[in-house]
Amino acid sequence: MTARSLHLFWFSSPHTFFPLAGTLARVCAVAAAVLCAAGLYVGLFVAPTDAQQGEAYRIIFIHVPAAWMSMFLYVVMAFWAAMGLAFNTRLSGMMASALAPTGALFTFIALWTGSLWGKPTWGAWWVWDARLTSELILLFLYFGFMALKASIEEPRRADRASAVLAIVGVVNVPIIYYSVKWWNTLHQGASVSLTKAPSMAATMLVGMLLMALGFWAYSIAVALTRVRCSIREMRRQEER
Amino acid sequence: MSEFLAMGGYAFYVWGSYGVTFVLLAIEVIVLLKRVKRETSP
Repeated sequence: MTARSLHLFWFSSPHTFFPLAGTLARVCAVAAAVLCAAGLYVGLFVAPTDAQQGEAYRIIFIHVPAAWMSMFLYVVMAFWAAMGLAFNTRLSGMMASALAPTGALFTFIALWTGSLWGKPTWGAWWVWDARLTSELILLFLYFGFMALKASIEEPRRADRASAVLAIVGVVNVPIIYYSVKWWNTLHQGASVSLTKAPSMAATMLVGMLLMALGFWAYSIAVALTRVRCSIREMRRQEER
Repeated sequence: MSEFLAMGGYAFYVWGSYGVTFVLLAIEVIVLLKRVKRETSP
């Protein structure tokens, strides 16, 4: 192994990663609290009432960041699963399984808040529309990943089997993202686009981005704390 | 204050979203911290 690749894999060893993960988790936990507090303040007190939807639109400050996280966390999970398959590093599998419960949670929150938003604006709690259906499939992919992992006792085999599922399931993410363009859906188009000027009030956008960053920091803090638990468990089993 | 809580008649939908999100995230954190405590105590 060359010096360069040695450097690259330095933190892929659970033992060197453990203290770094602890520091990062603490920093991100504080950042999450501050960002979410700021996001809630802007979202609930500063942002103006929407001209069409009244106060009901304030669900956006949870719904959109949660939906972003649900897709983003799945991609990161699949990335770590693929890294585990390619390099056979134990930490990769731990990262993937640490992200799954938080990803599933944000997927559920996106569906739940979407339902509570759909009722007053569309008149229905649920419709079998492309966006909603593909997001529901994402929730089942997270559940399938966790169930498969839990059902295999040998950790390396469990990592490999669940990695294949995670990688195959990643095709669903672009389907969710582009579903509003590809199909004629009831769900509105993308709220924020990198190529178009923002179509909403600046304070609405700021509130949403603050919440998104807060959820991001929250996810990192929770996932890294979970990875540290997995490392501790592994050490305990090695000691036996 | 009561006007703020009423959310222009959408209180159930808005607070239903915020409330459930807060409770679920709190449960995740509590479960995780219990796991940390269990594992670090000898």
